Amino acid sequence: MNQRHHDMGGLPAGRVEPTEHDYAGWERRIDAMAVLLWGIKGTKKYFTVDEHRHAIESMAPADYDRLSYYEKWIQALARCMVLRGVVSEEELTRKLDEVRRRA
Amino acid sequence: MPDVAFKVGQRVRVLDRNIPGHVRTPHYVRGHSGTVERLCGTFPNPEELSKMRDGLPAQPLYRVRFRQRDVWPDYAGPAVDVIEVEIYQHWLEAA
Amino acid sequence: MKEDEGKYRPLSYFQLMEVTLRELLVEKGVLTGEQIEAEVENMRSRTPERGGIVVARAWTDAAFKKRLLENGTKSCEELGLDLPALKLVVVENTPQVHNAIVCTLCSCYPRMLLGIPPDWYKSRNYRSRMVREPRAVLAEFGLHIDNDTQIRVHDSTADMRYLVLPMRPEGTAGWSEERLAALVTRDSMIGVALPESPGKTA
Repeated sequence: MNQRHHDMGGLPAGRVEPTEHDYAGWERRIDAMAVLLWGIKGTKKYFTVDEHRHAIESMAPADYDRLSYYEKWIQALARCMVLRGVVSEEELTRKLDEVRRRA
Repeated sequence: MPDVAFKVGQRVRVLDRNIPGHVRTPHYVRGHSGTVERLCGTFPNPEELSKMRDGLPAQPLYRVRFRQRDVWPDYAGPAVDVIEVEIYQHWLEAA
Repeated sequence: MKEDEGKYRPLSYFQLMEVTLRELLVEKGVLTGEQIEAEVENMRSRTPERGGIVVARAWTDAAFKKRLLENGTKSCEELGLDLPALKLVVVENTPQVHNAIVCTLCSCYPRMLLGIPPDWYKSRNYRSRMVREPRAVLAEFGLHIDNDTQIRVHDSTADMRYLVLPMRPEGTAGWSEERLAALVTRDSMIGVALPESPGKTA
């Protein structure tokens, strides 16, 4: 049976470190955008939370492990919006360049 | 919409299927048997929703209770311990 | 748009990605900056204190508790707590049963009630081990449950979300709901801790 990387119930793992952090502005904005785009609070639905989860689960295992929670979310958010045809890869690349130059 | 096939208290077995893509039945319960704790309701199928389809007809969703000692051969805790998992009807058969 | 305070730090790729996607979506009229800010503030207002209100009511009102265990969402709404899209199942701790919640597949959590979950709840170690060795994980949190008490782990695999209703601490007879609610911690509603005991707040 193929057990996918995110399906980790029962796998050996280390001690649970009770870490938490106060979420930064960029993380909260990612969370907010996702909730709005999922349409679960009455806004127009652009994609489902299931598509979002699927995008996260489809990442290379090394990325899944290495990226933080909201890093995975923003990656998946962008992917879902491209798959839905709302933004294109070219637009994302162009805008990212512009944002980089400004930053 | 599919009929509700299982009753509260009924023994059910999780199918050992291998559906590619996004599924919400964790691997650790596949092939194991438990009892239906409740019917949660009917919901669009997340496997289909993840592929940008509408997930209809909605599927009955159950909470199934498993004895931990049935799920894990090396379970270290007492026999009384259980785990409860939400599982869609199309993953279940009568045990 | 409020920025993080503190010293200048170059933005990471993912922070740049957040700006990129947000600006594109605003340009295309998909979202507005105000909508995003409003949603951020809305999520900020969802905190474990809201769960504490529910628990304290259940501790003091047996009929409410019965309704809560039958239909978590409707009962929270009775108290004026809005829970958009949340299908809440409340599970009750008793001397015979201790409940604990996990989402092995991702990080499902009753966010619309309690807010955003802590990092450890979403960690590999918690998600992997909580279903298989709950007693060891609880012990790491400092919680020891004796072998006569059943541990019931709930894996939030689908559409339901879970809240543990902890047992009311001893020595709180006659307490107001407000005082009781202050004893209820987020971790006690996830099931990795017990509520605070009266000694601390007396």
